[in-house]
Amino acid sequence: MDFDLSKAQKLLQQSSRDFFVRECKPERVRELMATETAYDESLWRAIADQGWTGLIIPEEYGGLGLGLVDLVAVVEEMGRACLPGPFLSTLWAAALIERAGSEGQRKQYLEPISAGDLKATVALLEEEADWNPAAVTMRAEKDGKTFKLRGRKEYVTDAAVADVIICVARDNDGLVFLPVEKGARGVKITPMSGLDQTRKLYSVDFDDVAIQEADALAFTTKPQDAFEAATDIANVAICAEMVGLMQWTLDATVDYAKTRQQFGRSIGIYQAVQHQCADMYLMTESARSAAYYAAWTVSENDPAAKLAVSVAKSYCSDGAREVGNRGVQVHGGIGFTWEHNIHLYYKRAKSSEIMFGDANYHREKVASKVIDEAD
Amino acid sequence: MDLKLTAEEMRFRDELRAWLQANVPPPWTGTTHEEGKGPYFEFLRKWQKKVFEGGWTGLSWPKEFGGRGARLIEQSIFQEEWARAEAPPLINVLGMSLIGPTIIAVGTEDQKKRYLSKILSGEEIWCQGFSEPNAGSDVAGLSTKAMIDGDHFIVNGQKIWTSLAHAADYCLLLVRTDPTAPKHKGITALLVDMHSPGVTVRPLKQMTADSSFNEVFFDNVRVPMSNILGEINRGWGTAIATLMNERAHLGSGIYIQFKKNFDTLISRSRETRRGGRAVSQDPVLRQKLAQSHIELEIFRLTTMRALSKMQHQSIPGPEGSILKLQWSELNQRLAQTSMETLGAQSQLWSTDEGRWVYNFLRSRGNTIEAGTSEIQRNIIAERVLGLPKSY
Repeated sequence: MDFDLSKAQKLLQQSSRDFFVRECKPERVRELMATETAYDESLWRAIADQGWTGLIIPEEYGGLGLGLVDLVAVVEEMGRACLPGPFLSTLWAAALIERAGSEGQRKQYLEPISAGDLKATVALLEEEADWNPAAVTMRAEKDGKTFKLRGRKEYVTDAAVADVIICVARDNDGLVFLPVEKGARGVKITPMSGLDQTRKLYSVDFDDVAIQEADALAFTTKPQDAFEAATDIANVAICAEMVGLMQWTLDATVDYAKTRQQFGRSIGIYQAVQHQCADMYLMTESARSAAYYAAWTVSENDPAAKLAVSVAKSYCSDGAREVGNRGVQVHGGIGFTWEHNIHLYYKRAKSSEIMFGDANYHREKVASKVIDEAD
Repeated sequence: MDLKLTAEEMRFRDELRAWLQANVPPPWTGTTHEEGKGPYFEFLRKWQKKVFEGGWTGLSWPKEFGGRGARLIEQSIFQEEWARAEAPPLINVLGMSLIGPTIIAVGTEDQKKRYLSKILSGEEIWCQGFSEPNAGSDVAGLSTKAMIDGDHFIVNGQKIWTSLAHAADYCLLLVRTDPTAPKHKGITALLVDMHSPGVTVRPLKQMTADSSFNEVFFDNVRVPMSNILGEINRGWGTAIATLMNERAHLGSGIYIQFKKNFDTLISRSRETRRGGRAVSQDPVLRQKLAQSHIELEIFRLTTMRALSKMQHQSIPGPEGSILKLQWSELNQRLAQTSMETLGAQSQLWSTDEGRWVYNFLRSRGNTIEAGTSEIQRNIIAERVLGLPKSY
C-alpha cells in the first residue's frame, strides 16, 4: 500500500505549480475577473500546449490518457493559482460526452477539446437549483427528427465562452443530453452576477432551440448513470481545486503570522494564532486525503467510489470555507480589504462549496448509502 | 499511489487472521473492566502470554530482541486485524509501545537482556512515571528528586496520572538529578522496581467511576545506579524519544474500534423510534450521522497517508500529533452524536451495557491524556508550520 504520488506524478505536480506561478499571477487573475467572461485565449492556449485540456481524455482522441490522480495533481495547482476560465466546465462536459456520446461524437468533440480548440460546459440547474439530475424538468419535445428545447437553465458556468453547451433535458424516455452549438438560433445567454468573479455564471434561455435527434448524446441506455459518472469526475476535480485554494490560504496565513508584528513580536508566537493555523493545516491535509482517495477509487472503479466522492465533496466544501474564515481572521483588517488577494480565494471557495452540491447535499447522499443501503 | 495491499502484505494479514481466529478467547464476561490486579487483569496477562508464545508481540521490535522487525504497514494491519477480531487488549501496552523501544534505543546490553523479553511476555508489567501534580504538559518542570548515595539513588517525590501503576512491576521514572541545571538539563531516566520499599500507589477514581490512573509516591526509594536509562542528566532526550513513540501510536486499531461503535450506532438508529419514525429517518440526525462517517473516513485516510510517509523516515515525525488530535476530538463528537441519536435511553448504564454513556465520559479524557489537544496544536504550529515557539 502506498498513499503517495508516484515520481512521475510529483514531477507533473511540480511542473504545473511552476507553470501557474509563471502564467497565472494574482495580477492576471484580477485583470481577468474584471472582464465579462474571465477568459484568456493565450492562457487557455498555453494550458492546451501542456496537454492538460486533454489530460484524462483517451489517447485515441488526442488526449494524454492519464488517470484521475494525475488530474488531481494538476488541478490542485490550478486552485492554488485561483485560475479563472472554463477548465472545469470543459472537463465536466468532456466526461459526459465520453460516457454518453457515440464513437463519432467522441471524435467530434474530444479531439478539439484535447487540442484546446473547443470549450464546453453543461447546463443542468433550473429554477430550484437542485443538483440531482432526477430533478430536471426541462422538456426536449420530439418533432419528427428534431428535438425542440424550451426553458431556462441557470448557474451555467462559462456559458458565454463555451463553443458548445450540453443541455440536460428530459424526453418521454428520461434524460437526454443535447449539444447546443455557440450562436444557435433561440439561445440567449445572460450573466448571473455572483460573489466569485473568477468563475462566471449565466442563465441560458432556450426558445424552441432545434437539435437534430442524431446529434443528441444518446449512446447510453442509462443516461442518469452516465451523467453521475461524469459528475463524479467533475467533483473530484473541484475537490482538488479546493485543496489548492486551502493550501494557498494556509501558506499566506502562516507567512503573515510570521511577519506581522504586534506587541513587539510576530503574532505567530501567540497560541491563539498558532492554533488557528494548526486547524487550517489539519483541514487542508484532511481535504487532500479525501480528494486523492476519491480520485483513486473513481479511477479504479472501486465500489466505494460514489461514497468517497460525496465524503470528499462534503468535507472539502466545509473545509475550504472554514480555512478561508480562519485565514481572513488571522490576517485581521488587511484580510478584509479588496486589495489583499485572500478574498479571491475565499469567494472561489464559497462558489465551489455550492457547485455540484454543498456539504449538506452530499451528507444526505452519504446518509442514504451508510444508513439506508447498509445491511 | 496504490491503496491495495501487496501480496506480501496480504500473506501477513491472512496468517495473523488465522492465528486470531484460532486463539482469541471468548469475550470477558466479568463485572469489571478495571485493569486492577483482579481476575480481569489475570485474564489479560494470560492472553498476553499466549500472544507472546504465538510470536505476535513486539511486532516492530528488531528480531534480536524477540520482535518480528515488522514494517509500519504490517503494524497497521496488525492493529486492524486485532480490533476486527475483537481480541482483548495486551496488558503491557506501555512496556511494548513506549518503554521497550526506548530501552532498545538507549539501554545498556545488560538492561536489554534483563528487561525486554519479560516485557513482551507480560511477565513484568511497566508503567511510565512522567507527569507530576505540577508538571503536566510541562513535563520538564518535574520536581521528583534523586540524590546519589554511594552506588544508589534515593528518590523522593510524587507522580500522577500513572496508568497501570497499580499493576506494574517496573516504572520508567523521570527524576531531577541536578537541581542547579536548566530544567531540561538536570533530568535522568531511571528504571525503578515498583516493589521497592517506599513506593506507594493510590488509585484515582475517574468520572467514569473506574480507576485506570494512579498517584504514585516515592519515599526514600533506593534505586541502583546501574538502573539509569541513557545517561545521567540526559534524561530529557530519553523522555522525548518515549513521548514521540507515544504519539506515533498508529491510528489503525483506534479506527476499527470507532468504526465498530459507529456501525452499532447505525443499526440502533434504525431500531430506535421517535416521533413516529425510526430516528435514522430524522433529517437532522442523518446529517450528523453522515458527518460522523465522513470524519471517520478522514481519520482512516489520514492514518493511511501518515503510514506511507512514516515508512520513509527513521524517527517519528509530527504525524503522531496530527493523528492524536484528530482521533481524540473525533471520538468526542461521535460520542455526542451517539447520545443524541439514541435519546433519553443513552444516559442509562443499563442501555447496551452502558457503552454510550461510558464512551461519552471516557472520551473527555482523550483530549487530555498523552498530550492535550493544545499541546498537539502547539507541536503542529512549531514543527510543521515553522511558527515561533510560544513557551
